[in-house]
This record gives sequence, C-alpha cells and structure tokens, in this order.
Amino acid sequence: MFDLLWLIPALPLAGFVILVFIGPRLSNLGVAIVGVGSIGLSAVAAILTGIEFVISPPPAHAYTLIVRPWMQVGSFAPEIALYLDALSVVMILIVTFVGFLIHLYSAENMIEEEGYSRFFAYMNLFVASMLVLVLADNLVFLYLGWEGVGLCSYLLIGFWYKEAANGQAAIKAFIVTRIGDTAMAIGLFFLFNSLGTLQIQEIMHRAVEQWPVGSGAAILAAALLLGGALGKSAQVPLQTWLPDAMAGPTPVSALIHAATMVTAGVYLIARTNILFTLAPPVQFAVGIIGCATLLIAGFSAMVQADIKRVLAYSTISQIGYMFLALGVGAWSSAIFHFVTHAFFKALLFLGAGVVITGLHHERDMFKMGGLRKQLPLTFWTFLVGAASLAALPLVTGGFYSKDPIVWHAWMAPRGGLWLGMGGLIGVLVTSIYSFRMVFLTFFGEPKAYISKRPTVLIHLPLVVLAILSVIIGFIELPHTLGNVRIFSNFLSTALPAAAAADAAAQGETIFEILCAVITLVGIYVAYILFLQRPKYADDLVAHATAATAHRLWFSGWGFDRLYDKLFVGPFVWVARINSSDVVDLIYSGLAGLAQAFHRMLSSTQSGIIRHYAMGIAIGAVLAIAIMVFT
Amino acid sequence: MNSLFYVSALIAVISTIMVVTRVNPVHALLYLILSLFSVALVFFALGAPFVAALEVIVYAGAIMVLFVFVIMMINPGRRAINQEKQWLNPKTWVGPSVLAAILLAELIYVMVRGGGQLASTAEVTPKEVAIVLFGPYILGVELASMLLLAGLIGAYHLGRRSQVTTPQEGEHL
Amino acid sequence: MPAVPLEHGLILAGILFAIGTAGVLVRRNIIFMLMSVEIMLNAAGLAFVVAGSARQQADGQVMFIFILAMAAAEVAVGLALVLQLYHRFATLDADAARTMRG
Repeated sequence: MFDLLWLIPALPLAGFVILVFIGPRLSNLGVAIVGVGSIGLSAVAAILTGIEFVISPPPAHAYTLIVRPWMQVGSFAPEIALYLDALSVVMILIVTFVGFLIHLYSAENMIEEEGYSRFFAYMNLFVASMLVLVLADNLVFLYLGWEGVGLCSYLLIGFWYKEAANGQAAIKAFIVTRIGDTAMAIGLFFLFNSLGTLQIQEIMHRAVEQWPVGSGAAILAAALLLGGALGKSAQVPLQTWLPDAMAGPTPVSALIHAATMVTAGVYLIARTNILFTLAPPVQFAVGIIGCATLLIAGFSAMVQADIKRVLAYSTISQIGYMFLALGVGAWSSAIFHFVTHAFFKALLFLGAGVVITGLHHERDMFKMGGLRKQLPLTFWTFLVGAASLAALPLVTGGFYSKDPIVWHAWMAPRGGLWLGMGGLIGVLVTSIYSFRMVFLTFFGEPKAYISKRPTVLIHLPLVVLAILSVIIGFIELPHTLGNVRIFSNFLSTALPAAAAADAAAQGETIFEILCAVITLVGIYVAYILFLQRPKYADDLVAHATAATAHRLWFSGWGFDRLYDKLFVGPFVWVARINSSDVVDLIYSGLAGLAQAFHRMLSSTQSGIIRHYAMGIAIGAVLAIAIMVFT
Repeated sequence: MNSLFYVSALIAVISTIMVVTRVNPVHALLYLILSLFSVALVFFALGAPFVAALEVIVYAGAIMVLFVFVIMMINPGRRAINQEKQWLNPKTWVGPSVLAAILLAELIYVMVRGGGQLASTAEVTPKEVAIVLFGPYILGVELASMLLLAGLIGAYHLGRRSQVTTPQEGEHL
Repeated sequence: MPAVPLEHGLILAGILFAIGTAGVLVRRNIIFMLMSVEIMLNAAGLAFVVAGSARQQADGQVMFIFILAMAAAEVAVGLALVLQLYHRFATLDADAARTMRG
C-alpha cells in the first residue's frame, strides 16, 4: 500500500487537470463528480494508508517513496520524494477527509455561481499542493507545495474577481505571505550552504552533529524558517491578510483559511523541530509570538460584526495556541489542537456559510437573529462547534486539546507564568466571542428570513464534523480523567515528547478545573451581554475608554494603519518620484541627445544663400590651410 | 610694359573695390566695366593680345551689357538704393573681410613659395592660340559650344512668363 | 624687355579673387552677388593667362577662352533666374527665397 503513496496527491492533481481542460464543457453534475470524487478517492487512499501504517508500520515508523529525480545542479540534487511517518499520516488524514467534506458541501453551496468548474479546479489544485507540502521528503519539494497553496489561496480569495476589492484582498494575502516565503527561501539557501542537503531527515541528523545548542547557525536557520511559518499561519506581525481574505467564498475560508493552509506553518515547525530545539531563543520566540497573537486576535474577535471576520480572528487566535504549544515544546499537543481545530473551525465556517447564503450574502451579525427556528440542524451543529472552540468542559474535543497547551505553557521553565496567564485570558476571551456569535446569530428576534433550505449535501458534512468535534477529544484524555494517550503515543514515533509532562499531576487537576470554570464564566458573560441584557453592552461601549478600546480591537489593533504608514506610504512615494523611471533616462537621454544634435544641425539649414556661401568660403579656407600647412 | 602692368593692376584693384562697395547697381556695373578694361590692359602687357580683345568684346561688351539690360528691365529705383544703404553697415563687413583676408594670405603664401619665374612680355599670337585651340583642345571647343546651347535654351525657358496654354479644337498637345 | 615676376601677376589675381569673395559674402542684392561672382571668374582667368605667359604657351589663353564661354552661359541662365525671382517675390533680396530650409 505504501508504494501507492503517490496516488494521494496525484488524484486531486488529476482532478485539477481534467477540470481545467474539459471543465467548462461538463455539466454541473459532471464537474461536481470529478471535483468531489478526486478528493474522495484520495481520502480513501489516505485512510487505507493510515490503517496499514497502524497495523503493520514500516521499519523505524518511517517510509520514503522516491518517485523520480527532479534536478541536478552540482551537488544539489533534490528528488520528487514522499515521506510517510506518524505526523504525515495525521496530516493527510485531516487534509483529505475534511477537504472531502468541504467539497461535498460546496457542491451544493456554490451551485448557483458562474465559474463552478473553475472553483473546483482551484480547490483540487489546492488540495494537491497541500498534500505535496505535508508529504514532501525534502524542503525544495515542500516549498513547491508551499508556493502552490499560496497561489491557490490567491486564486480563490479573488474568486469573484469582478469586484475590485476581492482582487485587492487576494493581492494583500499574496504579498504578506510572500514576505514570509522570502525569509523561508533564504533559510533554505542557508541550510543548503551550511549542511549540504535539503532532505529533511538528513538536515536534522547533520544539524545535531555540526551545530551546538544555541549556535548562531541554528538560530539563523530556525529564525528564517519561522519567518516563513509566520506568514503562512498569519501570526503577528504577518497576520493582517487573514481577516481580509474572508472576501472569498465560504468553503474557501473553511478549507484554506481554517483547516489546512494556515496550519502549514505549524506543520513546518513541527517537522523541523530539531532545528528549533537547537535554537532555544527562537523556540522561545515562537511561544511568545503565539501567546501575543492569541490575545491580540482574541480581543479583536470579540468586537467584530461580520461573522466571517470573527471566525478569521478566531483562527489566528487558535493557531496562536498551536504556536504557544510548539514554543514550550509540547509538540504533539500542538498537532492535537490542530486536529480538533480543523474539525470545529471548518464546521463553524460551513455553518456560517449556510446562514450567509440563506440570507443572500448578508454577513453582519447584528442584522441576523433568531435563526435557530429556521435552520435547526445548522443551529445544533454550529452550537457544537462553538462549544468545542470555547473548550466546554468534558464533552468537547476542544477542551481536551486546548487545556493541555495552557498547562504546558504554565509549566514551561522560562516565562511560564506569563505564558500561562496569557493562555488563560485567551480561554476566557475565546468563550466570550464564540458564544457571542451563537447568541447574536441564532437567538433573539429574527431580523431576516432564510429563503432556501439546505439539503443533505450540506447537512451531511455538518453532522459528520459535529460528531467528530465531540468524539475526537476522547483519544487523548489527561491523567486525571482516564489517561488515554492514543494520540501522543501514535505521534511519539515522529515527534519528541513534551518536557515536564507528567510531573505535578495534582497541579494539573486544579488547572483543568480552573480552565473549565473560566470557560463557563465566559459563556455566562456572553449570555448576559448579548442575549439577556444587550443594553449593558451598549452602555459599556458608550464610555470613552471602552469606546477607544472597542475601536482599537475592531481594526485589529491598528496593524493595517501601521503598515500603511511604515511601508506602503514610503514605497508609493518613491514609486511616484520614479514614475518616469530613472533607469529609462539612459535610453531617453540618448534619444534626447540625438534630437538636440538634430536641432543644432537643422538650424544651419536656414535657406539663406549668403549663409551657405559663407559656409563654402570657410570650408575653402580651411581646406587650403590644411593642404598648405601639413 | 612693366609700368603698364602695374598701373593697370592698381586701377583694376581700386575699381573692383568700388564695385563691391557701391549702393547703386548701375554705378557698380560701370565700375565693373572699368575693372574689366584694366584687366584687359594687364593681358595686353603680358603678351596675350587675343584674350585682351576677347575680354573687352565678350566680357565687358556682352556679359556686362546683359547685366545692364536686366537692371534696366527690373528698374529698382530709389527704394532699392535705400535698402542697399540699410544693408551695408560696417558691422556686416567685418566677417567677410576677415575671411577674405585670410584667404588672400593663404593664396599669397602658396604663390610666393614657388620658384621665381618670370611672366614675359613676349607675345603669344592669336595664330598660336588658334592652332592649339583647334588641335589638342578641339573637344573642349565642342563642349563649350554645347554648354552655350544649353545656356541659351535654359535662359529662354527660364526667362518666360508662366502662361496657361489652352488646347484649340482638334489640336494635339 | 624686363619682365614682370610671375608672383606679382598671381598676387593680382589673388587680390581680385579675395575682393570678389568678400563681395559675395557681404551683399544681399542678387545682382551684386552675381557681379561679385563674375569678378571671381575673371580673377581665375587672369591667373591662367599669367601662368601661360610665363611658359610662353598658348594653353593659358585657351583656358581663359573656356572660362569666358562658361561665364557667358552662367550669366545668361543666372539673370533669367533673377528675373523669375523678381517676378515671384517683387524684390531682389536673396534672403527672400528661403522656403527650402530646416
């Protein structure tokens, strides 16, 4: 089974090629069959691979499949090769399965759009690139997938290209992630230059041999790779593109900007974890960035009015949790949170998509209300998703994935107090904004009415994701609640164990109770402010300081304005000065010189005979002089 | 003979200068005729009576008369004289005078460098000229006659007033 | 008989030629310009005759005859052109005919 590993990225790629060439000529049903079917077949292949990996794992729990050599320039000879270990298995299962559910959903959700086949072509290309990214054996092939997902993100954000604002949002996403991609490319150059290879496992071996802990080379390499991760995963300071990327269709937001692409940074850091352990300052920075981001994005999510922007900021915040986990060395916790997040965030986006399409593309939550009577199944699944996001204790997957992260942050040897506090505040903020969303959208007085009821193609993914959001938690239970370690045991073959995990077990229990209490407090606060007595919320915002805070959080802490003043402004100023292109002066200068000579010479042709006679006389005098005196 | 040469040379130079500096065209023409007569005398002093006669008859007698006829036909009048006075101010003389002086200096330099030959006053008779003319230079004579024919036709054509010719009934152009 | 040095004759021709050149460059009236050209031609012929006399050959005079014929043809055509110019522009100013410039 393992040597058919290449089928997993190849099937969506084949779907893309088919849809590009004959998509416009197929009927909607044909396009849906090709687009959804390719992902479905890939998911089946992934599941079969996963089953075989569990039952009869390959030697050393790692399998490399070399498809073909790619290029050879001197000693630089990357290959097209796929690497399968426990981490890859988790990633391909999530990408293909959640991808399949979202494709199924969008087969109905996007049915009225023109460009139906274009949509599925881009989505298939995206899934193929993402699978290349997570299965790549060397960093060059990974970079290929990295760029591929960036391209598809651009294409899909700007899917409704006829609106100029969508194109601008797509360009913004591309440029901001490009900054990170450039850092990563430089990191690749540096790694090849120092270590002589770009094959990931080989890099880790050589780095451990050649670079002492805390050496400058390790710090540089890790920092550059971190730069790439920051861009793709929308962490501070490169997080400004994700809220604007909500301009794309909702299935795009669900797949790319919630479940898969934005977690590519997390995957990269987890994959090259040895480099980060060799550079403790950089790993600490990962944790700090994660903590700062989760707080910044969380506060911004609390005051947004557009339902998709709430979910976007929520995604940034939850990925901040994953970065926090990576920063304190809780590798498998980060990946576990990624898994649960993929389920409940995709679920939330799909549910929001049902609401938005049903209300004719209305996204403002303050114009919604009371939808739980009109969309009952959507309401229940959305509630499950929001509960998992808020980490409702004991019954949701989010609780079992988020709380260990906060616990590990608290127990971290350096700065544990602050990181832990940040995580706890984040839990409170998360539950407030999650249930604010639920109450504003589904409770209260109805302000608008749904025109179209969704069918089974939409309800099925919602139900499946809701069930998964609940039961996924049960494969990783903490010590005090059963000590189930299926997930971390599975990943222990690929990722190092978290430090300081098992000590102080009773501290862990108190901590869990504390987190559970904070979550419930948050839900209660949201209930009061947004359902029972909305006037309190309005009075709160009326105060001067609260109003300033509200404005600050609404604009995402002013990052857009800051970048505008710092980077965009000067660049535009320089471009305006150079609008006639200084380099062009060489060529236009030559032309101008020729024209000046022309003017000078043509002024001698005055048409006056005396001047010509004078010219002849001068010429004669000069000629005789030359003849006589030389 | 020598003194004849030098005297008539002096007169030629003076009258040529007068030609160039007069404002009235008729005056200038008359001075030019005087200059040509002086040059004819110079020819005679150098033993070339044939070309002396030719100078007077053809140059002074035909070409200058042609000038006189044209000026009479144009009849510039008082206005032209005033215009000439306007155009001839000392400022315009500077450049050309300098240029002519340099040219003269160069020519003199070239001529003086050669060996000191003498131009004799021994005569070269018209008979000798005729023998040479219709001997080795016969081709030149024929070409000169064609040149004069061309000049004749050209002058006739250019001198015509532009008229519109209308074809008569049944006439071919 | 005492003879005149060759150089003196040539210098005379040179002086006349230089005066003619100055005349062409200074005058603006076409008739005067043509007259100055005649002066120059005459001076050139003088030079030929002087040279022929110094060698006691008839060739100098033959050259002068050719120059004379050429001058006659040139004057004829030139004055015809002057008449055309006068009919078109009503002036004898040489600067009047300067459409062909640039």
